[in-house]
Amino acid sequence: MFKADTAAVAKSAPRRAMLRVAGLVALALFALLLPRVATALGNPALISLATRMVIYAIAAASLNLILGYGGMVSFGHAAYFGVGGYAVGILYYHFSAGEPFLGFIPGTNQFLVALAAAILTSALFALVLGALSLRTAGLQFIMITLAFAQMVFFLFVSLKYYGGDDGLIVRRRDVLFNLNMADDTTYYFVCLAVAVVYHVVFWRLVGSQFGLVLGGIRQNERRLAAIGISTYRYKLVAFVIAGAGAGLAGALMANFAKFVSPDMLNWSRSGELMIMVILGGGATLLGPAVGAVLLIGLETVLTGWTEHWQFYLGPILILIALFTRDGILSLFKDGSGGRD
Amino acid sequence: MTETLLRIANLTKRFGSLAASDGLSLDVLDGELHAVIGPNGAGKTTLISQLFGEIVPDDGAIWFAGRNINALSTAERVRIGLARSFQITQLLLDYTALDNVALAVQAHRGHSFRFWANARRDRPVRERALETLARIGLERRADTAVSEMSHGEQKQLELAIALATRPRLLLLDEPMAGLGPAECATTVELLRGLKSETTILLVEHDMEVVFALADRISVLVNGRCVITGTAEDVRNDETVRTAYLGEGDL
Repeated sequence: MFKADTAAVAKSAPRRAMLRVAGLVALALFALLLPRVATALGNPALISLATRMVIYAIAAASLNLILGYGGMVSFGHAAYFGVGGYAVGILYYHFSAGEPFLGFIPGTNQFLVALAAAILTSALFALVLGALSLRTAGLQFIMITLAFAQMVFFLFVSLKYYGGDDGLIVRRRDVLFNLNMADDTTYYFVCLAVAVVYHVVFWRLVGSQFGLVLGGIRQNERRLAAIGISTYRYKLVAFVIAGAGAGLAGALMANFAKFVSPDMLNWSRSGELMIMVILGGGATLLGPAVGAVLLIGLETVLTGWTEHWQFYLGPILILIALFTRDGILSLFKDGSGGRD
Repeated sequence: MTETLLRIANLTKRFGSLAASDGLSLDVLDGELHAVIGPNGAGKTTLISQLFGEIVPDDGAIWFAGRNINALSTAERVRIGLARSFQITQLLLDYTALDNVALAVQAHRGHSFRFWANARRDRPVRERALETLARIGLERRADTAVSEMSHGEQKQLELAIALATRPRLLLLDEPMAGLGPAECATTVELLRGLKSETTILLVEHDMEVVFALADRISVLVNGRCVITGTAEDVRNDETVRTAYLGEGDL
């Protein structure tokens, strides 16, 4: 992404910009018309499928901030996704039970309040876990983020009050203005709107001074120290922003599925998010979204054919990884170029 | 009399049985260009890394502008006025040359917790970065990705980045190594111009350059400073001749 702004590719820049705009318009049209197409095809399940893709696009993008841009291989990102989901589930539980959470926080079924709570809670988890894990680097960092995520996983498994292993049912989706949230098409558009806003914010973020520092941290941390930047603080803030994004996605997912369970925090879910980022292209704005659509799409198609779908998914992923050095999006770039 | 900007007292660093710094003491005066020479393995780069906070000394003290900086991190040292160039370049390869310098300018201006405005459209930062690039003659290459620049250009970029933080003391670790003759000449001219602006501690192998530029020269042998003096002093010193200069050309 960064490189596209430079004169190294200046010759083709206008054409590339046109292509990009055309691509975005096509994407927007497709996303907007999808429910109609689904109805026309008599296949309303497509709307649910698309909603999941949109939600995972947000989760994968949030991981991309630290994995793709910052070069921090966090293997525990599902934890924040799950915490966001549980924030919605627990608040709804206390809303319907009529008794406050921890004795003083009233429950809610208000969508915006629940979303804000999910973002704050997951950010707080990321702050604590990030502050500890970021003292390490490399393999150690991968292992410690995984270990912390597993701790959070078992925390929710052991919370019998909120269903433990069985999870927690959200009987109705949270209320947003007077929208009919129970309608899957409406809820799809709500998620789509959130995703668009999220990606706009993300786009500003990675182009900002903070984003420039973050990309520098990935490339050479020693250089950043040598120009007077204490990288730890920047990494931690990025980690918190990433966690908050995953929490937002988790909150959307809890409302979509009307159900939260420890499965949301499982380590394999963290792996899926990483695959989405790498598949679509790290350190690109829309790469993770492409990865999310692709992975969930493949999963859906393959499960329709065979119950041994994972057996076929593996080789497909390997082929994609082999033939696209920097993810699917890199296929649409010029021949040369680095990760950006 | 000029003040001492950097005081190194009894600096000691051992790697196993090898003493890279062995009770090294050295003063750098404010405003001078102080060259450090010595045979291979004399501990020159280790000295710079210790001054810059990248290697922790076993013993001894480092004073900068009257303040003991032993406990400061690298980033903190940079913020009070140190800068270094690396012998083996440490650059942000995916970014352009201008991005690399601009990031240093940005860092020098304070924190970077700015999350919304496009950093690449920050006029004051970009202009200042471009000026700095122009000083080393790299402005034509401003928008080139560093990974596509030649080794010589990358070495010069190192220097531009160090300058962009407006240091009081510039630690240069063999800025000429690997440069072509033309690039070498540009860099020498640049250093000559810089002498009036900032204090420089220069580690360099090219004797011609050292004798032409340095106000004072320290000779390091086996982690110790055996003499500090003018070019003339060093040339005539008996210990230096046997320990170092005897083996090469002078």
